[in-house]
This record gives sequence, structure tokens and C-alpha cells, in this order.
Amino acid sequence: MRSGEGAELVLRGATVLDPVAGIDGVHDVVVRNGRIAELATPGGELDGIEEVDAEGLHALPAFFDPHVHLRVPGQEHKEDIETGTRAAAAGGYCGVIAMANTEPPVSTPADVEALREAAREAASVPVGFLATVTRHMAGEELTEMGAIRAAGALGFSDDGLPIVNARVLRRALQYQHLCGGTIALHEEDPALSGDGVMHEGAVSAALGVAGVPSVSESTTIARDAALAGYESGRIHVQHLSAAESVAAVRAAKAAGVQITCEASPHHLCLTDEAVRSLDPRRFKMNPPLRTEADREALIEGLRDGTIDCVATDHAPHAAEEKEVPFEQAAMGVTGLETAFAALHTELVLPGTIELGLLVERMAGGAAPFDLDRPTLAPGSEANIALCDLGAEWTVGEDGYESRSANSWCAGRKLTGRVLMTLAGGQVAYRLRSFSLGVAA
Amino acid sequence: MKHLLAIADLSREEIEAILDRAESFAEVGRRDIKKVPTLRGRTVVSLFYESSTRTSASFELAAKRLSADLVSLKAAGSSVDKGESLKDTCATLSAYDPAAIVIRHPYAGAAQLVAGWTEASVVNAGDGKHEHPSQALLDLFTLRRRLGPLEGRRIWIVGDVLHSRVARSNLVAFKAMGAAVTVCGPPTLIPRGIEQLGCDVAHSLDRLGEADVVYALRLQRERMTESFVPSIREYAANFQIDSRRLGPRQLLMHPGPVNRGVELSGEAIDSPQSLMTEQVASGLVVRMAILYELLASGERPEPAAGVPEQSPTPIGQPA
Repeated sequence: MRSGEGAELVLRGATVLDPVAGIDGVHDVVVRNGRIAELATPGGELDGIEEVDAEGLHALPAFFDPHVHLRVPGQEHKEDIETGTRAAAAGGYCGVIAMANTEPPVSTPADVEALREAAREAASVPVGFLATVTRHMAGEELTEMGAIRAAGALGFSDDGLPIVNARVLRRALQYQHLCGGTIALHEEDPALSGDGVMHEGAVSAALGVAGVPSVSESTTIARDAALAGYESGRIHVQHLSAAESVAAVRAAKAAGVQITCEASPHHLCLTDEAVRSLDPRRFKMNPPLRTEADREALIEGLRDGTIDCVATDHAPHAAEEKEVPFEQAAMGVTGLETAFAALHTELVLPGTIELGLLVERMAGGAAPFDLDRPTLAPGSEANIALCDLGAEWTVGEDGYESRSANSWCAGRKLTGRVLMTLAGGQVAYRLRSFSLGVAA
Repeated sequence: MKHLLAIADLSREEIEAILDRAESFAEVGRRDIKKVPTLRGRTVVSLFYESSTRTSASFELAAKRLSADLVSLKAAGSSVDKGESLKDTCATLSAYDPAAIVIRHPYAGAAQLVAGWTEASVVNAGDGKHEHPSQALLDLFTLRRRLGPLEGRRIWIVGDVLHSRVARSNLVAFKAMGAAVTVCGPPTLIPRGIEQLGCDVAHSLDRLGEADVVYALRLQRERMTESFVPSIREYAANFQIDSRRLGPRQLLMHPGPVNRGVELSGEAIDSPQSLMTEQVASGLVVRMAILYELLASGERPEPAAGVPEQSPTPIGQPA
């Protein structure tokens, strides 16, 4: 993240909610030198710092996304570190982890160093980087995992592709004991997925579009969980989409495997019914949107802790890569700017889950990569998402902070908006129309 | 009706209007001069990204019979070969101000996309494995002439349903007209979840005798190498429609082109129950009716002068 001055401000009369820290009440949140100095009784005298009228607003621990695509190097026409982290800040995030499936992939210590240096120049929020598990993401030989870790990579992932060869993954899990670093896995069996581009089921049957069966994901998760258990390795399963996958992770956790996993807002809010529109800009991604039963299983996984965190899999693509027939379009949707608002609208407001659970899972992506969970406990670094839970807005109406417009929420009306984000102790974002008052 | 993109978009009344219109063109087809001036001065673009014989030929002949100016483009040899996107090709063609674009494309939803990019009416002449609405309409026309209303009739669609846009459009169309549909084939070639479209599923021809109409689908030979069927011989043994399996009162249809000796036996193709040549003949008049319904049946913004509103009059005769 760009270096700057630590924030000095007070959020007056905010409803402060951090269930993990046991905080739930109305306070003046006093931030000094980038740290939460105090959760004070509202209305106290404070000298010379910016006052933000936060009455009726919620101060939440800022969110953490362990799965985004910043597209650097090589695909800067889709996104870069500056635009991607601006999108993250606008979504209330205080940290993201960038995937390594760039062009070329992030596969060497020098790649990681260069990205960390670039992030120090351009990023609005702290960025962690993963490197690929295998050289060139070819799935055959391991990267120099030790040197890559020494260069500062948080972990490893061939995200975008599964590690098909079980022997290769087994070697990586063995080597992990030497170098550490969680291995994040895109779980899919290419032989079962075939040329599928959506969920295999009644909708794909009606559309005549080749489907990806749920078992393509769940059988691979079961295999990799068994390998992780056997080698006492540590894995993080990315973007769960199917009920069978939730069951596989739940069973692995019960068996004591060091396994964590994530689910994306689009899989938690949408089903393959959306694909009837054949709109690839909003509804084509891998893994695909599945059925209502799958969506309900993901929500249950979120509730019982099988799913540790929400991760957007923010995957920007240029317009021309999406303005083609569904089967030909690039896979992926953007999500950083809308994740909290969408889940608040679709899951919290109807009463499906509690706000506190959402807040907990939105920040749950830090721990699997050995990072501190964002918290509002006094003394902590200021990582705060200030939200107006009643604000209604239409996604895309005012454009995007991201360079790309392939938001799965495009055109949707959402309730709940991030007005201001503090990340790493600095003010990372203010909604343009959010007016601020300065103390006399 | 502005576009014809999918059978699923049509009401039963709209389907019947097209079939009725096709009847009037069948009457024109029996005259010496088969051309009518309905679309004189208007342009129809035929844009085929996939090989086609009967669909492209019949749409092009239909446009000519209606006196439209025709621009016919095949992907091979055009700017598509040079990497032009569908959107850019569409913008280029739209500059000619076509009244209609007839498009076939290897991917689902292509016609729908084009409809969003042009002022012209768009006719889906096949999009991937998704829909082939003009085929379904010509099949309905053929059957209506033979059987009258389809209400309560039983129709079996037999073969490679998984890869067939004809199967999907026809299933929806037959259901819309009140027929009961069974799809039949090996489990590897029946898409999971197809029964939610409101059809029965069978994996053998044991109950084929209940069908009033047997609609056979083409089995592409490469399906064997992809392990959808262990061998063409085994497929034929289980699913070929032959004179032994086809009853004397059952009608036989096939969208063509046929793999003689695979999905159909030679004698079944040549049997009196086979409607295949009638299907091809229906293709022309139904496609004339489709172009007429989209371009000349009253909803167009500016009616061209001199275009008859009711039944078309052949050129050379007083209107």
C-alpha cells in the first residue's frame, strides 16, 4: 500500500459492530495516528481532528478478500493494482490477496518482489500476493517455493486451473513443511468439466449449453483433502459452488484436515436460472452458478462455519471479451465494489443470515493466510468500513472504480453502501457524495 | 413480432399465425409465377457462421420469392476469417439498413446478441445447440397438414438429444401445440434435467409403438470417439428406426441430413410414412411466412408503399 499519514478522525455516534471482538454499541470511534484509540461515549470533547457524522451509520471491521484478480502483469487492459485496489477500498475492504494467473504467471521470487514494489506505489489498500504452485501453471514442476516465500508471497495457487496431477500436489504439500504458505486450490476435474461453461442441470439442458457437473468440483476437493490429511498439509479451497463440495469440506474438517474454504457473493445470491438470459457479462464464471439447493447449502456452510469466509473472485474482463456469445465469453465477474451490499441485500435483509455473521465472514479471509483479522478493538490498526445500511443505489449507475464493468450486480438495486473505508490506518476511500464536517 | 429468436418466445397463437401464413404461400407456390412483391426494395442479409444446405438455401429462396434484395454471407471467405467480431460484423452489415438478418452461429445466444445490436429484425437460423425455431415451425407445418391439430398426439424424439438444437426447439414447439413428447436415446446423449422441460425420457425403443410420430435425430459419427456411444453398430442396434420398429400408422420425420443406416434404415427413409421430402418443401413456405410475419405484417414502423397488406399477389397479375 502507498505510504501516507495515519488517519486522525472521529466517527461520531457510529453503531459499532464487531462480533468477534464482542463489540456492539453506539460509540464515537476515535482514530489517532492510524489506530483505533478509543471507542468513546458519544459527544465527548475532541480537539483538532476531523469529525465524521456517523449517526445512524454502521462502523464495521473492514473486509478482507483472499481472492481477487488484479491482472498485473500482462492484462492491464482489464485491471491494474491502482484500479483494483480502488475497487476494493470502495467495497469496504482493507486488504486483498491477488491471484497469480497473470500473463506471464507469478512464478518466481523476482515476480513477487516486483509486484510488492508496484503495490507500494499504486495500491489504496494492502495487497498480498500468491505465486503459482507449478512453473508456468503447467501443473508439472514446482516453483521455487522456498525462495518465493522468502520474497514475501503469502502462499501459492494455480487458481484458474486445478492441479490435475495428484503427485504434483502431494509434493507441494510435502514441500510446504519447509517453506510454509497456504496452498489455495481451484478444484475441478477437467475430464468431468469437459467443454462445460455453466452448471449441468435443467437449465443447461434447456439451453443446449454444455454443463459442468457438480461432481467435477466435489470429487477433486475430496481427493485433495485426503492428500492434505495424509501429508499434514494446509489447503484453502477456493470458490465453493456445489452442495456436494460443502459436504466434502465439512467431512474433511470433521476428520481434522487443515482445510479452509471460501464462497463468493455471486454463488451465495444467484442460481443457474440467471443464465437463461445467456448474458455472459454478468453470469458466466468458473465455477458456474448452480441450483437453489446448492445456494442453500452454501448459506448453511456459511452459518455453521464450514465456509470460513466470503471471497469475491473479482475477475475483471474488458467489454470485448464479454460482448460475444455466452460459450465464447471470458469467465469471471467483478465483485469487490458490491460484495457487502449484495449480501446485505440478498441475505441479511430477508433474514436469511444475521448481519453479525456476514460481518464475521467478510473478514474471515485473513486467517487462512496467517494475517490478522481486521478488528475494531481499541489499540488495533484502523481498518474500518463505514456503511449506511439503509442507502439504496443502482450498481453501475455512476460507473465503477474497477477498470472493467463485468459486475454480476450491474443494474441491480442494492440496499447498503460503503461510505468510507479505512485500510491499514489510512483513509482509503470516501464516497464522493458523502459530505464531511470538520471540527471547529 | 420483431424477431424470431426462440420457439420458447412464441405463443400458440403466434405459431398458428405463421403456419396459416405459410398455407397461403403454399398456394402461391402452385402458380406458374411463384414470386410476390411483398418485400420489394427491402434487404435481407443471410449470415451463416456454420455450414448449412437446406436452411440457408430455403431462407435465401424465401427472401427472393418475396422480392427482397439478398446479401448472402458465409463466415469462410468473409472478414470473419480475418478475426472480425460478431459485434463489428453486425455493425458493418447494419450500415446497409437491412430489414432482416438471418443468422446461423455455432454458439447459443448469438442471434439474441445480434438483435441487441441492430435495428433489423433478426431470425435465428440455429444458434449452437440451443434453438432452431424455423425448423420447428416447418415441422409443425408438415405435421399439421398430415394430422390436423397435434392436441393429444404422442411424439417421440429419438437419438442424440444432447447435441441437437432441433430436439430442443421441437420439444418446446410440440408441447406448445398440445402434443405429448418423449425423448429417447442412450443416457449419454440425453441431457441431465431435460425432463424438467415437460417431456418423458426413455432409454429404449420398447414403447415406441405408442408414438404417432417418430422424429429421428442425426447421430454424428464423431460421437463415438468421444465415448458417447461405444460403437455406431451398437447405437444402430438399439436406436435405429427401421421397418421392423416403425409401425404402419406411424409417421417418420428427420431434420436432415440423414446418416443412412445409422439412425434410420434405408427402407424407413424410403417408406411411405416418411415425411422428409415434405419437410424440405415446407421449409420454403414456412420461411417465407416467417419473413412476412416479421417484416410485412403491420408492426413495422414505416410500411413500404405498394406492399399488399393481405394475401400476396403474384408479380404480373393485377393487385
